[in-house]
Amino acid sequence: MSIKKCRQEFEKIFKKYPDKTQALLPCLYVAQEKCGCLTEEIVSFLAQRLDLPKVEVYSVITFYSMFSFEKKGKFVIRICMSLPCYLRGSREILEAVVEEALCIKPNQSTEAKKFTIEPVSCLGLCDIAPAMMINKKIYGNLTPQKAREIIRRYKQEKDK
Amino acid sequence: MAELVNLTIDGYQIQTAKNTTIFEAAKKININIPHLCYHENLSIYGACRICVVEVEGRPRLEPSCATIAENGMRVKTNTARVRRARRMIVELLLANHPEDCFTCESNQVCELRKLAYDLGIRSLRFEKGRKYHYKLDLSSPAIIRDPNKCILCSRCIRVCLEIQAVGAIEFVNRGSKTQVLTFFNKGLNNVECTNCGQCILACPTGALREKTIVDEVWEAISDPKKFVIVQTAPAVRSAIGEEFGMKPGALVTGKMAAALRRLGFSRIFDTQFTADLTIIEEAYELVERIKNKGILPMITSCSPGWIKYIEHFFPDCLEHLSTCKSPQQMFGAIAKTYYSQKTGIEPKNLYVVSIMPCTAKKFEAKRPEMRASGAQDVDAVLTTREIARMIKETGIDFCNLQDEDFDEPLGISTGAAVIFGATGGVMEAALRTAYEVVTGKTLERVEFEQVRGLEGIKKANIMLDGLELKVAVAHGLSNARILLEEIQNGTSPYHFIEVMACPGGCLGGGGQPMPTNFEIRAMRAASLYREDEDKPVRKSHENPAIKKLYEEFLEKPLSEKAHHLLHTTYTKRGRY
Repeated sequence: MSIKKCRQEFEKIFKKYPDKTQALLPCLYVAQEKCGCLTEEIVSFLAQRLDLPKVEVYSVITFYSMFSFEKKGKFVIRICMSLPCYLRGSREILEAVVEEALCIKPNQSTEAKKFTIEPVSCLGLCDIAPAMMINKKIYGNLTPQKAREIIRRYKQEKDK
Repeated sequence: MAELVNLTIDGYQIQTAKNTTIFEAAKKININIPHLCYHENLSIYGACRICVVEVEGRPRLEPSCATIAENGMRVKTNTARVRRARRMIVELLLANHPEDCFTCESNQVCELRKLAYDLGIRSLRFEKGRKYHYKLDLSSPAIIRDPNKCILCSRCIRVCLEIQAVGAIEFVNRGSKTQVLTFFNKGLNNVECTNCGQCILACPTGALREKTIVDEVWEAISDPKKFVIVQTAPAVRSAIGEEFGMKPGALVTGKMAAALRRLGFSRIFDTQFTADLTIIEEAYELVERIKNKGILPMITSCSPGWIKYIEHFFPDCLEHLSTCKSPQQMFGAIAKTYYSQKTGIEPKNLYVVSIMPCTAKKFEAKRPEMRASGAQDVDAVLTTREIARMIKETGIDFCNLQDEDFDEPLGISTGAAVIFGATGGVMEAALRTAYEVVTGKTLERVEFEQVRGLEGIKKANIMLDGLELKVAVAHGLSNARILLEEIQNGTSPYHFIEVMACPGGCLGGGGQPMPTNFEIRAMRAASLYREDEDKPVRKSHENPAIKKLYEEFLEKPLSEKAHHLLHTTYTKRGRY
C-alpha cells in the first residue's frame, strides 16, 4: 500500500535523475515523509527500479539517521550532540526534553506516537548552539528552560 | 604511448605509468607495502589506512593504495612515523578483535594475525573496546559469517558485487555500530547469496568461512555399518598440495588418492568419472537441441553457484540451462543405484563424501531435487581446505606419499574430465565429444586453445563438418551476466555457453587453499592441462568404464533412466 502513496513522486524523481543511483536519496526522503517510515516493500521496489542490490538500499537507509523502519512520532525532536552543541550544554537540553516529553528515553517514541526524541550528529546549527529541530523547525540558543517551554507548546497541540 | 611520471620512493628513482598508485609503484622496487583492505582484483577502498606512507610536502600520512603517483613526488614507505602509525592502527583493530586465534578457522591464513606479528606487536596495550555480542550468521549450509571477527575492510562486499555481480552483503548501520550484513539481516541463505565462497577467499580474518562437516565425516568413517566412498573433483588435485607447502599447481593426484585411502575411506573414486558422464549427456543434449530447434544457447550447469545466480537474477532464462546435473550429483545418483546394485551394498549403508574446491556444492547436495536414489545422493561435501585439515589431523606426510591409483570402476576417467576444473574445460571436453557425435569422424587434434586461458569471456567458432558452432565461455558471475543480458535482449549469437561462477573456474573456487590469486589460478590451470596431456584417453565418450555403465545400466545417452538419475530441474527464485 505504502508504495501507491509515493508512486507519482517517485516517477518524477526517476525522470529528474537519469543516473539511477542519484535518485535513491530523494526517493527515500519522499517515502519517509509520506509513509512515516520505510518498509521492506519500499526498499525492494526502489532497488528493482534503480537496478541496485536490495542490500545496498538497505545499507544507505541504515546509514542516515533521518530514515527509519519504525514509525516515528508526530513530532520528531532531533537534538544535536556534536561538539559545539555539546560544549554549550546539549546534554542538559536532552535531559530536559526527555523529562518534559513524557519521560521517554532517547530513540523512543511516546506511547501515543506524539514525540520521538533522537540525539543526532551535527545539524549545521553551530552558530546557535545548542540547537534542536522539531520536524523541520529549528530552535537555537536553547536553555533547559526554553526547551521545556517549546515542548510544552507542542504537547498542547493535542488539545486543539 | 602512455604518459609516464617520475617519482622517488625510498630514495629509488621510479618511472611509472600515469594514474598508478604509490602502492603499485612501490611494487616495482619490490616493496609490498603492508595492507589489509587493498585487494589486487578489487576497486580501491582506502579504509584500513595500514598502507600509509610519507609524501614530502604533505602534512599528513597518505594511504598509498589510494594516492596517485605524481611527477617529482618523494615518498618514504618506511619511516619511524609510518611504522608507528601502522602499528597503532593494527593495535586498535586488535582492541576490537576476539582473542580466540587458537580455535579460529583462519588461524593459519589470517592476514590480521600475520600483520600484527610482522609489525612487531607483542603486547596488546589498548583495553578491549567492543563487547562480542553479534550473532553468527549460520543460516547458509555453505558459509558462516562471524561479524565479531570482521574488521570492516569491505573486501567481501567488493568481491560479491564487483567480481560476482551479486551484492548479497553490504555495510549496515554507521560508525561503531557498522556491520557487514545481508538484507534486513535475513541471513545468507535467505537472500541472493550464491554460496560461491569468493568472500571467504577475500576475507583477511576469520569472519567468513565454510560450514565445516569434518567431524560428521570422521564419524561416518568410524561407523562399521557404513561403507564410505569418496569422490574428488578435478580442481582439488591441482591445489591441495599448497596446503602442505608445495608449489601452487603441484599435481598431486596420486598422493591425494594415497592420503584418502589412509584416512579410512573404503573406496577412492573420482568425480572425473561422472564428469565424463556429464559430457556425454550434455553433448547429446546439445546436439538434440540443435537438431530439433530447441532452446539455444544451451548453458552448462555444473557450477552450483552459477545455478543459484541464474535462478535469482535471470529466472526467465532457466530453460537455457542444460538439464544435466553436475558431476558431483551424477556421482551420488550413480553410486547409490548402479554401484549399490553392482556391489550389493544397500544404499542406506553407502555414505558418499565428495571433496570439492567449492562451497556452493554443500548447498547443491542439499537441494531437494538431488535425491534420485530416494535419499540424499551425496551425504557430505568437504572443501579442499577441510580435507587438507583431516589429513593434517592424522599426521600423514602428504608430500612424501607414494602415488596410488583410484579404485575401479568409478575412479576411471579421461583427460577431458581433468580439465573440468579450469574455465573453458567443460566446453573443450564437450566439443571433443560433440565433434565426434555430430560428424562421426575421429577428432585428431583434441586441444581447443580458443577456450583456454583466464580472459573473462572467451568466444570461438568451431566447425563441425559444415555445422558452425558458436560458443562462449565465461567465468566470474559478472562476466556471466554480460552473456545473460545478451540472451535477454535476443542478441546472443551462441549455440553453447559455459559458465563457471568462480574466477578461473573451479580451480579458483571458494573452497580452495588460501591465498588464491590470479597467478596461482594460472598455475593450477597449467597443471590440469598437463594432466590432460598425460592421460591415455582424452575423450569422455571413450572412457571404458562409462561405456560399460551405459551397456549395463543406463542403456544410452538421454535414456529414460538417464533422465531420471542424471538430469534435474531448476527453481525460479527471483531477486526482489
